[in-house]
Amino acid sequence: MPIHEKSLIRRENLVSQDKLVLDGIDVSGHWSTFIENRSVTDYNEALQEEIAALPGGEFIHRCWQCGSCTNACTVNAINPDFNPRYWIYLIRMGLEAELLRDKDIIWQCVSCNKCTYACPRDVNPEGVMKATAHWLELKGHTEKKPSMIFDEEFTEQIVMTGRIEDGKVLRRFLAETGQPLLQDWLVALVRGLVFRLPVTLLAKLGLATLFHPRTRGWGASRRAIEEFIDERHRADRKALGLDIQGAE
Amino acid sequence: MDGKYRQVAYYPGCALEGTGHAYNRSTKAVGKALGLDLVELNNWNCCGAMEVKNVDPKLQTYLSARNLSIAEQMGFDTVMAPCNGCYHNLKKAEYDLAHDPASREVNQRLSKKAGHGNYEAGKVETIHALDWIKHSLGEEGLRARVKHSLKGLKVANYYGCMYTRPRHIFPEKDKGPGSESTSKPHFMDDLLAAAGADNVDYPLKTACCGGAHTLSDSDTSTKLVLNLLETAEACGADVIATECPTCHTGLEMHQVRAEKVFGRKTKVKILYFTQLLGVALGLSPRKVGVHENMSESRDLLREKGLA
Repeated sequence: MPIHEKSLIRRENLVSQDKLVLDGIDVSGHWSTFIENRSVTDYNEALQEEIAALPGGEFIHRCWQCGSCTNACTVNAINPDFNPRYWIYLIRMGLEAELLRDKDIIWQCVSCNKCTYACPRDVNPEGVMKATAHWLELKGHTEKKPSMIFDEEFTEQIVMTGRIEDGKVLRRFLAETGQPLLQDWLVALVRGLVFRLPVTLLAKLGLATLFHPRTRGWGASRRAIEEFIDERHRADRKALGLDIQGAE
Repeated sequence: MDGKYRQVAYYPGCALEGTGHAYNRSTKAVGKALGLDLVELNNWNCCGAMEVKNVDPKLQTYLSARNLSIAEQMGFDTVMAPCNGCYHNLKKAEYDLAHDPASREVNQRLSKKAGHGNYEAGKVETIHALDWIKHSLGEEGLRARVKHSLKGLKVANYYGCMYTRPRHIFPEKDKGPGSESTSKPHFMDDLLAAAGADNVDYPLKTACCGGAHTLSDSDTSTKLVLNLLETAEACGADVIATECPTCHTGLEMHQVRAEKVFGRKTKVKILYFTQLLGVALGLSPRKVGVHENMSESRDLLREKGLA
């Protein structure tokens, strides 16, 4: 069994006596370490249902806590605090305060789907990560994370034109997240390209920044999609008990 | 082998018109050299990439299904997508439309509002560029056409995430001999081996390059890519063969970034598998867009007598 309540063994929850003798035996220092008593009263009983109401979170109730997701996880391998199994546990238990301790890393899921591949219960942990990141933002626990800004920038371009032009995504993303366009590694990349690329392709790429690629006759699709996204936003906010208009 | 993909609908997708242009060029050139016909989808749109699903997966299903409906309307029963992202999304749309009534309902509603045909599951088969070559010619057919064997070129075959995961959207995989494996994919290995390449045993074939967060969480991506690059070098590879424009661009970008930001330099080259196949088929490196890659691989090809 994995240690579900790993919060209990955090340093601040451990108590040991510097000097303690019990029944004539010296148990000073770490020999007397024990976990402090605690009682949890601030469960958020709606937490699982709220996550389940957002796209991707639908199957969180199936989880058996086997830990296959965390075992397979790409991000967990480089940051052990990134622990899908544990977060699913917290959500299902309603331990919101514990979940919020990790609010700034949950968005880092890279959607490699190794967890979904490994999951014996079809929980779709990757979807749960996205739903959880979305929940944190909708509830105002975190500011908009770079990945959400990227998703929205990307989606907006598709909605508007039907297609993506990667140069524009890059420029607008860097601008919106306050990063300089001339980072030295980007400059090194572009310099290499300009020296080697044929003039015709450079001209074509340059023209693409003036005349954006687009799908012809996209207007009707665009309106249909905009209505759907609007409908979706309302449904999400309603499920979380938020004001429908929101801070959009 | 059975030549069933002699003429297929071609869905290049946005990346192949931008950063992955070399993949587009080399795929078309290889198709031409092998006598396989590609007919580009009329007026296609973005499949939703890796981003739209985070707004709503059903919207992604609609975007992908629109392309499938175009293929159907053009009279094709097969669409070939070389980009892993497009391939994955079209497959996922197919799966969702077959199994999820809510996705079907949204697709019907949006297609109607947008005024185009409503795609229904089962009409069009989506294949990857690997399936396309593997199933139209097979290794034997390819071997017979090789002019410059890739012998002596050590290749690490890298497939990435979206080609095999999650497995339920690829019902034709994991069906025993002859089919693709989702845990140890081998189609690219098979094709490049037929072209004479010496494939190295690369354990990270389906590891993640962090492509979804290439820009939004660059440090994570750089760490993941660096691991891929250093492992390939440790396996003795001269070059990593890719089959996804996002992976390919990610590897190239973060190879530079790893050097500039982390001070870790790697020398392994990165080429699309179609570029390697094209060179083996006797096409010039220019014909398969080697000069369009962000990284420089022409010196390696010259050194191996392939250019």
